[in-house]
Amino acid sequence: MNIEYMGLSEINGPLIAIEGIRGASYDEIVEITVNQKERKLGKIVEIYEDRAVIQVFQNTDNMSLTNCRTRLTGHPMELALSDALLGRTFNGVGEPLDGQGAIIAEKRADVNGKPLNPVSREYPRNYIRTGISAIDGLTTLIRGQKLPIFSGNGLPHDQLAAQIVRQASLGEDSKEEFAIVFAAMGLKYDVAEYFKKTFEESGVSSHVCMFLNLANDPVVERLITPKVALTAAEYLAFEKGKHILVILTDMTSFAEAMREVSSSRGEIPSRKGYPGYLYSELSTIYERAGIVQGSTGSVTQIPILTMPNDDITHPIPDLTGYITEGQIVLDRTLNGKGIYPPINVLPSLSRLMKDGIGKGYTREDHQDLANQLFSSYAKVGDARALASVIGEDELSPLDQKYLEFGRAFESRFVGQSFTENRTIEDTLNLGWELLKIIPRSELDRVNTKILDQYYPV
Amino acid sequence: MTKQGIIYGVNGPVIYIKGKTEFQMAEMVYVGKERLVGEVIALSRNLTTIQVYEETTGLAPGDEVIGTDAPISVTLAPGILNNIFDGIERPLASIAKASGAYIARGVSVDSLDYEKSWDVTLCVKPGDVVKGGAILATTPETKAIVHKVMLSPNLAGTIVSVMPNGSYTLKDTIATLQKEDGSIVDLTMVQKWPIRIPRPTAARERISLPLITGQRILDTLFPIAKGGTAAIPGGFGTGKTMNQHQIAKWSDADIIIYIGCGERGNEMTQVLEEFSQLEDPKSGNLLMERTTLIANTSNMPVAAREASIYTGITLAEYYRDMGYDVAIMADSTSRWAEALRELSGRLEEMPAEEGFPAYLASRLAAFYERAGMVETLNGEEGSVSIIGAVSPQGGDFSEPVTQNTKRFVRCFWGLDKSLAYSRHFPAIHWLTSYSEYLDDLGPWYNENVAGDFMDCRMKIVELLNQESTLMEIVKLIGSDVLPDDQKLTLEIARVIRLGFLQQNAFHPEDTCVPLQKQYQMMKIILYLYTKSKELVEMGMPVSILRENNIFEKVIAIKYDVPNNRLDALDQYFKDIDAFYEDVLARN
Repeated sequence: MNIEYMGLSEINGPLIAIEGIRGASYDEIVEITVNQKERKLGKIVEIYEDRAVIQVFQNTDNMSLTNCRTRLTGHPMELALSDALLGRTFNGVGEPLDGQGAIIAEKRADVNGKPLNPVSREYPRNYIRTGISAIDGLTTLIRGQKLPIFSGNGLPHDQLAAQIVRQASLGEDSKEEFAIVFAAMGLKYDVAEYFKKTFEESGVSSHVCMFLNLANDPVVERLITPKVALTAAEYLAFEKGKHILVILTDMTSFAEAMREVSSSRGEIPSRKGYPGYLYSELSTIYERAGIVQGSTGSVTQIPILTMPNDDITHPIPDLTGYITEGQIVLDRTLNGKGIYPPINVLPSLSRLMKDGIGKGYTREDHQDLANQLFSSYAKVGDARALASVIGEDELSPLDQKYLEFGRAFESRFVGQSFTENRTIEDTLNLGWELLKIIPRSELDRVNTKILDQYYPV
Repeated sequence: MTKQGIIYGVNGPVIYIKGKTEFQMAEMVYVGKERLVGEVIALSRNLTTIQVYEETTGLAPGDEVIGTDAPISVTLAPGILNNIFDGIERPLASIAKASGAYIARGVSVDSLDYEKSWDVTLCVKPGDVVKGGAILATTPETKAIVHKVMLSPNLAGTIVSVMPNGSYTLKDTIATLQKEDGSIVDLTMVQKWPIRIPRPTAARERISLPLITGQRILDTLFPIAKGGTAAIPGGFGTGKTMNQHQIAKWSDADIIIYIGCGERGNEMTQVLEEFSQLEDPKSGNLLMERTTLIANTSNMPVAAREASIYTGITLAEYYRDMGYDVAIMADSTSRWAEALRELSGRLEEMPAEEGFPAYLASRLAAFYERAGMVETLNGEEGSVSIIGAVSPQGGDFSEPVTQNTKRFVRCFWGLDKSLAYSRHFPAIHWLTSYSEYLDDLGPWYNENVAGDFMDCRMKIVELLNQESTLMEIVKLIGSDVLPDDQKLTLEIARVIRLGFLQQNAFHPEDTCVPLQKQYQMMKIILYLYTKSKELVEMGMPVSILRENNIFEKVIAIKYDVPNNRLDALDQYFKDIDAFYEDVLARN
């Protein structure tokens, strides 16, 4: 369709309205030409008879009611896909930023994706070794999982994500390779540079596809960025058979952008001003992780979000936690103690871990050991609370042992250096070594047979 | 004449038709060229509002809306069990066949397989006068369940002709009926029922039987009745889904309807995989043979999520009418409430608490009241029990969905974050949870398990309560300063927590425990308490008692005594006596 509509009837922040439009459909993408040169993209978000409300992905600053021409494209937002995506850098709506020209499309796909049929999913079972003890040992990452990092401003989530990308491996003897899809929403320029540099230094740049919406880029654009990135990831995984690790950062900026647009549309807010469809919207992103039956590839997601005011009950981390298969929580107190990565293991969890570890995957004692470490470390908290009231010296010998265990666990098991890549054996053996600080009779989560083998009387 | 309208506006899952239309409230409609399924939710002189059960991308003003003259209904016939449906009863396997791994829009598939033949035995003969609900025929639907084909509750009359026993598909007429007005109706095995209207019953009955789940903290401390309602609220990671899975696997209901409402896709895949492999311990049949899954994962359209709960309960009522005990797992009702909120927001209704619509409470009440033990229209006894997971925002139980749910359920299994953090599972907290069925079910336990079952339960609860009071002190000054009798209370409470309340879902013996073993375990723990108390009263410090490994031994009963070797439990009483003598002799 080549009809162009002249002028607008309303501009309100990122939203514009056109009247007298014909044949427009919901969710369709439109192209807007401003002053006959600048080209912008928009999406129809509401439509009544001949009046369409359009959300513009770029900023609307230089637009007026008369200087715009609008053309309907007749389809929802699409992304050009081919093998050549890897090694390229795009902006938040999938246009090349690296000056290498547009992708020659092997195929175009609707970025909104479609829900994956649960009967066509394959239940994820293979673990990904990250070389980080707190993750491998206690919140094991599984291929096809969505495992977010809940962080706060100033915590080293970027380093952690970079370390995972660098060290992730599918097991010692696997020849399969990872490719990485990196989506930045409202990211600071320095942080984006940091990731670029890390990818280059570790020699994976040619396997990375980046979609960058930086902090000063248009807010509305970042609403589409994760969808664009996941479309690329799904294509590479399910049609090209690659194992894709998707890093989405920062989901908080994505949700903030949603609130901003929702409020300019005059919608009824639900929690903290976020729109009622925040959950649905987040889930259409997170649920795109997984494995499709009959395909050799997989999409594993590591979304990063910064919890406003470190509050895990804030709607963004809260709703995320209800959708994702666990979470890795970073902790400011641990960070203050100089422990890297500052992972607070107690609220951290990997829901898919139970089926991807143990005999045949990692080692038969893995689950019991993890349970025991969690349980014993939880007791450290009680001992510390008591110590802060009556003083460490007054504690019973057992509680003192727990304090000792707590310190060793944090500095040696959780703590490791940015370049340290531990094998799963190392991690598990280290766990047993630390448990030997506390008496054997305290280990009530471990099967007696396993206990005899790893903690003989 | 087919009623139709022309789309005027589209806003997310809600579409509008301008002008006066012939549609009726709750009517099912087809929207647009792709014939997306929708439902009429509001009517006024100049505007008809429709919610669409699929993505509305691509709909345009001017597209047609066609009425069906019937409310959103489910198809009820053999083939429901051992199947997985979406929120409006479309089988996901057929959708996968039609549109591939991803769910396309406007896929038109039959709810049930109309080609498959069933081995039907007729139960009526010409001349029989039948009322709604009468059993016309039976057919083995799965190895585990005999499907009873019933006359729709809306029909009544005299049977005119009956086909011989044999193999029939859902399309075939199996009998004909002359209605009271003289007209003749062909009866097939299929009936339709609108999802938002409860199926009629003859009478509600009193609740008197427990739904036995094999989970100690549920069966012993907070039992739910057959026909009862329970809520499992808990923040993320506290094990709502895990608990639901455990009940779905091991409870003694005949039929399980598992509704995955707005939850994770991988979880549904897991249930499907696991239930197709696991055997029902009682019958030896695969669990899927008694199970129906309804999956509206969080990325599937929001309006169908709202409907999925009703679809599930209507299927449950249908099997209840055959005289079965049905249990529904609704995971999670919060997602359903949020779907209500989302749609309410789109309709620009006045929000009440936290943006939820004001009718949230009445909708929840109407849903939970569809549970119950009933006498069916054909005189059988059947029940629907509802176990609803609640995902409170921020894990805070004071939010509207939890609070309103609490008003309408009689069993509350509150999950606790700190228990989950220390990996104490099931993380159901014994102090915040309650069951109002204790008085109704107490007599059953005392008659069928042991005369002093309820007394033992009381003592266990009492010890746990004492522990929590003592822990307040311990938190301030440490446990060393407590007198020995109180130290003993803490020690026994520890045995209860680790040995009794904690249950390992991944351990073959511990995942499901018979009532008799639960009772014996309580007895042993209480016996250990009595004997130790005697020693403490004689002046023995708890530290000396602890030198003996009897406490650890009692904690390990759950793993050490197989469920089919309960006679081994007697040995523990002897061991406790030996421990008593030993301590006395040595001190």
